[in-house]
Amino acid sequence: MSAADIKKLGRKFRKAVLDTSDRLGMDTALIDKSALREVITYLRDDEKMQYNFLRDVTCVDYLHRQPRFEVVYVLYSMPRKTQVVIKAVVEEDEPVIDSIHDLYGCANWGEREVWDMYGIQFTGHPELRRILLYEEFEGHPLRKDYEKTASQPRMELLAPERDALQEFKDYQSGREDSGSRAN
Amino acid sequence: MPELEDLDVNEFHTEPMVLNMGPSHPAMHGTVRMVLTLDGETVVKCDPEIGYLHRGFEKECESATYTQCFPYTDRLNYVSPLLNNFGFALAVEKLLEIEVPPRGNYVRTIMGEISRISDHLTCLSAGALELGGFSAFLYGIEGRELIWDLHETVTGARLTTSYARIGGVRDDLPEDFVPMWKMTRERLNDIWNDVNDLLTRNRIFMDRMQGTGVITPEEAISHGFVGPCLRSTGVDYDVRKDHPYFAYGEVDFEVPVGSTGDNFDRYLVRLAETKQSIRIIDQCLAKMPGGPVNCDDPRVVLPAKHDVYNSIEGMINHFKIIFEGIQVPAGEIYSYTEGGNGELGYYIVSNGTGKPWKVKVRSPSFYMMSAVTKMIEGGMIADIIPTFDTINMIGGEIDR
Repeated sequence: MSAADIKKLGRKFRKAVLDTSDRLGMDTALIDKSALREVITYLRDDEKMQYNFLRDVTCVDYLHRQPRFEVVYVLYSMPRKTQVVIKAVVEEDEPVIDSIHDLYGCANWGEREVWDMYGIQFTGHPELRRILLYEEFEGHPLRKDYEKTASQPRMELLAPERDALQEFKDYQSGREDSGSRAN
Repeated sequence: MPELEDLDVNEFHTEPMVLNMGPSHPAMHGTVRMVLTLDGETVVKCDPEIGYLHRGFEKECESATYTQCFPYTDRLNYVSPLLNNFGFALAVEKLLEIEVPPRGNYVRTIMGEISRISDHLTCLSAGALELGGFSAFLYGIEGRELIWDLHETVTGARLTTSYARIGGVRDDLPEDFVPMWKMTRERLNDIWNDVNDLLTRNRIFMDRMQGTGVITPEEAISHGFVGPCLRSTGVDYDVRKDHPYFAYGEVDFEVPVGSTGDNFDRYLVRLAETKQSIRIIDQCLAKMPGGPVNCDDPRVVLPAKHDVYNSIEGMINHFKIIFEGIQVPAGEIYSYTEGGNGELGYYIVSNGTGKPWKVKVRSPSFYMMSAVTKMIEGGMIADIIPTFDTINMIGGEIDR
């Protein structure tokens, strides 16, 4: 059923759809990223498509291949019980793609995770910040050129005046005006 | 000194207060922080901050063979590890295009449902505990202990089971499994009745749960809700029913749905699902086919120990599977099963070697946590506790 949807998509967006595949039952369309929002909106809103559920957003890094990244959207239709996969190609030099956070609520966090792990920027995203890692983290760890054994520099304490260890030492040394009791 | 009646309350200066809830807060399960902006007791803004339990699951998998990934999957949803194991195994089997023999599928269904009961019981009873119902918690945890005893009999471990193998399971069910299950089942039914009696018509419990943490079906679908949380809004999406896998197509069970999408409905859906899981296990045990539990494919399944020690082919086969890993043809798959919290998806990309190029877990509670702000904002600070509990956020699977 969803193979027909991909065919239809290919006819409708003749220029944007670069490739299609149905290997292992995964009906997939590889698209140009400039048409992403149009394609997803069509799949979501067309009454013959009704792909109202975004299962997952992720990215695959094919190192040493051009274009290097593919951002993957797994869409599911609750009423029709079919699935399509939309993959948008993203170049290494310009890791930017449109955000679809207003089309699906869950895309917000999904895109934040892709930014966190792969460094793909989503234009139009309301608060594109790291989600699993901390803001001071350097690099994007799921990129293939990020070494598994790489370590991160030691961070400066964001608020040195609240150094818990020092507070505890002061407390132990019996200084009355120390730590959180100071005020 | 002015009289109290003369004071105009509207003239009091008030300002919103920022409150950090968690990560080390008893109700935050130790793994999440919520930055709340409060106006009195009303939550104006909520910003959940996750990642405290991040351990690089996906990065680790990329440098492990497919078999070595199983211990990592145990630690995703650590309350129902077997469901994660089986989900991952199914994904790799789809890539390899192999089928598990019927008995293997039945064993997976039975053990998966047992895991689901432990997941639901933990969620229900911990929810009661956080609202002050300590006795219901003790009953629920007793049930979970019994289930973990069953886990131990079958898999050898209570929590980190690693029971699934690609192409089947580690071993068949032991002989004393059926009598043990019968005993456990009796006790589980008693526990179910006790928990039901203690909570379902409990005035305090109902007041805390009903009408709090409400989400509409449209919002739920848009925010990627799955499992009991989606079904509580009235959408009857269940992977086991809609896209049957393992032996779910051959057993008869119902998908309980709610109507209002509040905390109480989520509680009721989980309670009803526990009963259905017991039904599924009983049917599977009655229908259990004979035969092997692992598929007959030397590329995937380790040879018998007798062959490893006594024939050169067996030894080479064993060596290659262990050292080079199972060679999975290049391709990609998004495979989904019904985990404890809902649809658990694995997106795996293979480049034709023994190690995955990419593994991505679509963990059910990750996307549900993103909508928790919608359910909390505008409500009272005390409503966070039941809402956060019925969402059943598991740090292991959202932080990965």
